[in-house]
Amino acid sequence: MKIIEARGLVKKFDDITAVDHISFHVNKGEIFAFLGPNGAGKTTTIKMFTTLLQPTDGTIRINGFDPTTQPHDVRRSFGIIFQDPSTDDDLTAYENLEFHGVLYDIPKDTRRERINELLKIVELESRRNDLVKEFSGGMKRRLEIARGLLHHPTIIFLDEPTLGLDPQTRNHLWDYIKSMNQKEGVTVFFSTHYMEEADRMADRIAIIDHGTIVADGTPKELKDQTSSHSLEEAFLALTGKDMREESATGIDHLRNMRRVWKK
Amino acid sequence: MEKIKKYLRVMYILWLRQIKKYSRSRARMIGSLAQPILFLVALGFGFGPIYQKASGENYIQFIAPGIISMSIIFTAMFTGIEVIYDKQFGFLKETLVAPVPRWVIMVGRTLGGATVSTLQGVVVFFISLIVGFRPENFITAPLAIVFMIMIALLFTAFGTAIASRMEDMQAFPLIINFLIMPLFFLSGALFPLDNLPHSIQVITFINPLSYGVDGIRGILTHVTHFGLGTDLLVLCIFVSIILLVGTHLFTKIEA
Repeated sequence: MKIIEARGLVKKFDDITAVDHISFHVNKGEIFAFLGPNGAGKTTTIKMFTTLLQPTDGTIRINGFDPTTQPHDVRRSFGIIFQDPSTDDDLTAYENLEFHGVLYDIPKDTRRERINELLKIVELESRRNDLVKEFSGGMKRRLEIARGLLHHPTIIFLDEPTLGLDPQTRNHLWDYIKSMNQKEGVTVFFSTHYMEEADRMADRIAIIDHGTIVADGTPKELKDQTSSHSLEEAFLALTGKDMREESATGIDHLRNMRRVWKK
Repeated sequence: MEKIKKYLRVMYILWLRQIKKYSRSRARMIGSLAQPILFLVALGFGFGPIYQKASGENYIQFIAPGIISMSIIFTAMFTGIEVIYDKQFGFLKETLVAPVPRWVIMVGRTLGGATVSTLQGVVVFFISLIVGFRPENFITAPLAIVFMIMIALLFTAFGTAIASRMEDMQAFPLIINFLIMPLFFLSGALFPLDNLPHSIQVITFINPLSYGVDGIRGILTHVTHFGLGTDLLVLCIFVSIILLVGTHLFTKIEA
């Protein structure tokens, strides 16, 4: 069953086409990777899926609903972990989660229970009553992840979830996401520019470059299709370039720096 | 019914967030009291003798309600900047993707900002007592809070509406100051509205703050220009309109 579907999706900002007629779908219960270099259109696509941006053209179905005409039903269906920090610095870790719990109408007892459980998982239990402004970038990220999972969404969107995390936290996080996926059947949609992350975690991958979908399939299919041994080679064969360096423009570098500063 | 309860809970948590943030910022609390105190003392005592000569009445008695209104309108309008902060620091997205209608978010935010502004007005009321202001009747004086709340709601919603359309944190205070100053000076806060030149009088009549100041003054000193009923009615109309417009603008925010 298709739980996310995009057909002929377009997003233009003035004269720049950020997303150019993309079509793909994600099945229920899948872990799906949206792989592409910086500036390829990953975040723009996620924003359209999550009702934050209106598409210029094309149709979207999220859990059977249209984000443009049924934003509430869509919003109830997903949780999101943004690429840039979006916690409130002037509140404590606990208050941030409590706020989220009320927004998503989680009953008090369940809310408390889940907050405690999640704080343990992201290892912030001892800092629960500290203001978020005292947190490091990595800690904020972990808090954000706990928050995105709090209301047990049907679909979880993660926009570059592990950017700036140390390997240990990254593994922890993926363990938890995987177990959510297996135990509760949560569909996971994550964007990344780390090939090995996509290769290791995803059931299926869509590769996006310059606003268009270059290929999609299981990691194995992508490798077989291009008769390469690694996803890296497959990517090179499909797009004609190496994702790591050459594709990053000056603006991308600036954007990355801004991200670091903001933390 | 379930839905309404849920919306009320969401409004409550938004309200609580703003109260917490405010109570954690001592600089904001003290800073926003400095200006009203200065106006009260400098204008109250500075123009006091002249006013006394001209009308035979005490100027502090006249301007205290005006200065209370001033402290409210300033705090209220500036709470709008929190929307821009939340945009810049990302928190706004958290509320925009939540399965809650935007008007609930807008109303919750407005209630939070309005509460803070009203408290500010109450504090200035007590300060004015120290400076020598005396309400006609201490038993009915607390009713003035109704008008304080109306002014606070009106201008919090107004500030939030403007902030919904802006990205620029530096420009916001400039625009707000540009709007507050004429609203404040032409509201009857500092001088009586009788016998003004016609054009100025027209402006004071369409200025919603005039009715807020008049309402507070009416309750505290038993002197009103428009009458308390008119004051309340006009404010109710303005608050409804601004809330509708503000909600509309807030709903349109894209992240």
